[in-house]
Amino acid sequence: MSATLQTQTEARTMTGAEIVLQALKDQGVEVIFGYPGGAVLPLYDALFQQNAIRHILVRHEQAAVHAAEGYARSTGKVGVVLVTSGPGATNAVTGLVDALMDSIPVICLTGQVPTHLIGNDAFQEADTTGITRPATKHNYLVKDIARLAGTVHEAFYVAKSGRPGPVVIDLPKDILIGKGPYAEAPQAPHRSYRPQTEPDAQMIRDAVALLKGAKRPVVYAGGGVINAGPEASRLLTEFVRMTGMPCTNTLMGLGAYPSTDPQFLGMLGMHGTYEANLAMHGCDVMLNIGARFDDRVTGRLNAFSPHSKKIHADIDPSSINKNVKVDVAIVGDAGRVLAALIEAWKAEAAQQDKAALAEWWRQIDAWREKRCLSYVQQGSIIKPQHAVRRLYEITREMGRDTFITTEVGQHQMWAAQYFGFEQPNRWMTSGGLGTMGYGLPAAMGVQIAHPDALVIDIAGEASILMNIQEMGTLAQYRLPVKVFILNNEYMGMVRQWQELLHGSRYSESYSAALPDFVKLAESFHAKGIRVTRAEELDAGIREMLAHPGPVIADIAVAKDENCFPMIPSGAAHNEMILAPGQTGGVAGVTDEGKVLV
Amino acid sequence: MPNSNDTTFRNATIAVLVENEAGILARVVGLFSGRGYNIESLTVAPVDDNRRLSRITIVTSGTDMVIEQIKAQLDRLVPVHKVSDLTLEGPHLAREMMLVKVVGKGENRMEALRLADAFRARVVDATTESLVFEMTGAGDKLDAFIDLMRPIGLKEVSRTGVVAIARGASGLA
Repeated sequence: MSATLQTQTEARTMTGAEIVLQALKDQGVEVIFGYPGGAVLPLYDALFQQNAIRHILVRHEQAAVHAAEGYARSTGKVGVVLVTSGPGATNAVTGLVDALMDSIPVICLTGQVPTHLIGNDAFQEADTTGITRPATKHNYLVKDIARLAGTVHEAFYVAKSGRPGPVVIDLPKDILIGKGPYAEAPQAPHRSYRPQTEPDAQMIRDAVALLKGAKRPVVYAGGGVINAGPEASRLLTEFVRMTGMPCTNTLMGLGAYPSTDPQFLGMLGMHGTYEANLAMHGCDVMLNIGARFDDRVTGRLNAFSPHSKKIHADIDPSSINKNVKVDVAIVGDAGRVLAALIEAWKAEAAQQDKAALAEWWRQIDAWREKRCLSYVQQGSIIKPQHAVRRLYEITREMGRDTFITTEVGQHQMWAAQYFGFEQPNRWMTSGGLGTMGYGLPAAMGVQIAHPDALVIDIAGEASILMNIQEMGTLAQYRLPVKVFILNNEYMGMVRQWQELLHGSRYSESYSAALPDFVKLAESFHAKGIRVTRAEELDAGIREMLAHPGPVIADIAVAKDENCFPMIPSGAAHNEMILAPGQTGGVAGVTDEGKVLV
Repeated sequence: MPNSNDTTFRNATIAVLVENEAGILARVVGLFSGRGYNIESLTVAPVDDNRRLSRITIVTSGTDMVIEQIKAQLDRLVPVHKVSDLTLEGPHLAREMMLVKVVGKGENRMEALRLADAFRARVVDATTESLVFEMTGAGDKLDAFIDLMRPIGLKEVSRTGVVAIARGASGLA
């Protein structure tokens, strides 16, 4: 008896590396994205001797973080990254900030020089906790092996609780090699970090009272709804339908509300639809759920939705009243808030002003008549909008579960405008940080999580080159990701801004000396397709989708196409620029607007 | 209406109860510098060894909206237990301590001692040509004492920054 007990106790003493892996397993981790190096060799050695956790070897640490983000965003789980000390950690920083800005739960394990060398400028030493402090939700440097297991468990709790985000655990090599006790995840609540998830009942009643009395309401839902899990998106749809209100989504929120639903106004903001932005401008009551009044959404703050009462529900109290002062502040999880709103809506006796709502919809339909996303595809030159639209229509015909990632720029906005999403977790894009090079590694992470799904990175020819080395990862793990490049030979969004704001002086925005993407694909053991004529577009798309392995489809599109509608920097929602040939409020860019990005 | 109209600045003395752990001060200071908030003074020390708690007192200024932001941003730091806006929440005491070195002889020295007596500053070090005074009080009282010492032979000042606590029975912990 005592011998058994002793064995059990001994079994719970492990090396630091084993403790880390055990804690990951206990947290339900199945896959990690990483790149080895001197400081993390003990962890790689422990990985080698087990089968529970799969390791995906990326080609650059930034890509490891984006892959973990793609994994997390498409599954709702925490993404896990393993990198070495020094350059391994510093290369991961862009990915960490990306995850921070977009509220994606990621754990990043970084190697560190042994504790006795910290601060000595040792080989591959960097002050990782110092560098990543403003790049993460929280970070840890483990200096005592007795606290290692507890730290890993706590990191998972922090990464996924409240507003999710990236957490770094810096692991000195002597801690990984040393022996210590293992501890299970604690049952007790965290000492200091206990974010509020249940909304205040009075605030819910206030919100419902405002919404019931609204004549021109609008629901504006963001990434918080996606982060709250698929049930929150279902509740959003239920609430919007039961109230008959129009609904718009932010870039981060696409998929939270079905895009084909008649009550959906499309995306709002800088490249949002005419109807969504004018509804935001003209509404009398706005319900913001899980969005943060980002500058890309509000346009000029002092002209933002000037006549509305605003309700803001967010899990992060610091997001409320940060940019826009609101009338009703609800702190809570988006799913819990929506469930409470639905219940309170049913309980509240007051009736909606149905006549006013019908009048509001007539106004919205008039704005829709503008058909702000219309374009004319004629001749052989492929319009980028048409390429995305055909990709959307053909994948829809096929009926396969489709996940889209993007890089950053014009192609990203066209993807947001012309590719529709019916479900959450199908759309992965770098919203807050705007990281070129995000899409390919993110698609890798999505494909790892969903091996049988169709995963497409809608890319630009400039962005894709920022993490093109990950084609090697696709080949190694036979990940059938499709890279769909809208190739206009320009950093298109930079070129667009130069055209509109800097007298068409295209300073350094031309993509000179581009590779032959077909040969590039082939050299990475993938299929390469090039489409240059509109007549061949459908066949090219079908060929890409039919291929069982990874593909780069290089689609030559019109070089001078701009992304419209556009709210210029420093302008208000009702000062949108529409595409040439469409009439509407045309605003110039003010000097004040020019300083904005 | 949006915040652009809200331009009235106010001072705020904020008390923050935090885990006493490595890096916590860097987190707080980094938050202020990273988001462009003012720090007029900041003090920190462990206040509860058993519970591993430290207390940080920050004096800052901004519009109401900015100060609300500062509190919300502090509160969402993982090792932060509690944030209290002492200025907003009612009457509170705010004190600073300082050490002041005055160098001089003869009548200047006598004048320094007389003024110190009036200000209830204590002499904690003396040589034939120097004095070090220790003094606590509200910031403006300390300022006044420094101004008086300047013509007499003020050599050096070391101040702690503000520590503060609410009046009455309620407490932060």
